[in-house]
Amino acid sequence: MKVIAHQDKCVAAGQCAMLAPNVFDQRDEDGVVVLLDETPDESQNVQVHQAAAACPARAIAIEDGTTT
Amino acid sequence: MTGHAADAPTGDLDIPNYPQPRSQGCPFAPAADIRALAAEQPIRRIRFWDGSTPWLVTGPDELRTLLTDPRVSADDRKPGVPQWSPAEAAESKTRPATYLNTDGPEQTRYRRMVARSLSFKNANALRPVIQQHTDDCIDAMLAGPSPVDVVPALALPVPTLTICALLGVPYEDHAVFQRNAAIGLDRNSPVDDAQRAMAEIFDYVREFVRREMEHPTGADTICAEIAEQVSAGAITFDTGTFMAASVLGGGFETTANMIALGTLAFLQNPDQAAIVRDTDDPSVIANAVEEMLRYLAVAHASKCRVALEDIDIAGHTIRAGEGIVQGYPYANWDATAFPDPERLDVVRAERNHLAFGTGPHSCIGQQLARVELQVVYSTLLRRIPTLQLATTMDRLQFKNDTRAYGVYALPITW
Repeated sequence: MKVIAHQDKCVAAGQCAMLAPNVFDQRDEDGVVVLLDETPDESQNVQVHQAAAACPARAIAIEDGTTT
Repeated sequence: MTGHAADAPTGDLDIPNYPQPRSQGCPFAPAADIRALAAEQPIRRIRFWDGSTPWLVTGPDELRTLLTDPRVSADDRKPGVPQWSPAEAAESKTRPATYLNTDGPEQTRYRRMVARSLSFKNANALRPVIQQHTDDCIDAMLAGPSPVDVVPALALPVPTLTICALLGVPYEDHAVFQRNAAIGLDRNSPVDDAQRAMAEIFDYVREFVRREMEHPTGADTICAEIAEQVSAGAITFDTGTFMAASVLGGGFETTANMIALGTLAFLQNPDQAAIVRDTDDPSVIANAVEEMLRYLAVAHASKCRVALEDIDIAGHTIRAGEGIVQGYPYANWDATAFPDPERLDVVRAERNHLAFGTGPHSCIGQQLARVELQVVYSTLLRRIPTLQLATTMDRLQFKNDTRAYGVYALPITW
């Protein structure tokens, strides 16, 4: 699983940092998304998908499958 | 609706008035008539107080689509954005540009100046302080006479203390802005009174931004941050002041309503209250808060939108210039998205509610609100396990005509 966080779209609502704190954080200076782990392992699967679905700005994309 | 009516040209009589009050007997449920219409289709025209007939969107998917569509604008300095009251209609045209009434990159720039202070991390760092405020309020309730009204005893002070510290304004002044917010946010307030009340909050906050500009304290507060941005020429004084005033108003009013109305909902659903009271698992409490946010959806009159171009959605065309009203309470009670929506189910798996809206204008303080509600609900239920309503449901007065739904007073005993 490869995760892409579009910082330009991010509105700093903090949903991703709340739902998948091992994968996402927010920048101290403006709350914008920071990707902590671009290729999280399977254990993060559910949380990352929840975070992508809950993002109010639709700023999180997930590429499933063979990408490593 | 009959086939004949549906085929006829849009008859004015088919357009329901909006908003409609929640029923006294069922004060948590969105208005039954509009709910029935929402079950038929996710978008329809409604009639506002000024005779305009904007589109009401009640489908969760349609709301997500429209609120992330760049052809949908929140800029109510332009015509077309529905306004909730005559005072709001007059005020909106004169307001400075902020993250509330701009779109695209301009909105992003404004929003990020304030978002930093309200991030998930910062909100959670405030948890011990919020816990202390909550315990202090409950200590005072237990030491004082019973029954006590939850609104001034707990619901208002906890979020107000928190937001005052975040902003850098003294809590001692709370009577001033709480009173003015109550007047300014009530649709039935005379226009002059509402405008004066809003101006007073604005003037109040302006003074603190001005002081920070003249004598920067370097404090880690929103007023200090905004003063720095104004001094650096990044934003105007009015823009900065209005953003700080919005954080203040939004920071206590909506959360206070969630606390009082949520307390009532727990009292009416003792089995659900027991789940929150008896757990040590923060994720159970967090889930319960998401469910309460869905169930109550107090932001029933949030800022509306206008279509900038023709937009086809759900078999309708929203024409350029037509208004869009977000029916969040109805979306949160959509039976497809939330099975048995009328049931308060604190362990419900579906968490993707719209209580905070969505899109670039989704609630900027939502992480702070979550922490406040998690702390207050769990602490209140645990510390006063014999909590009960000190009146009857039919005597409670509900805030149907204010920007956030709630209960005016909630007498409780134990």
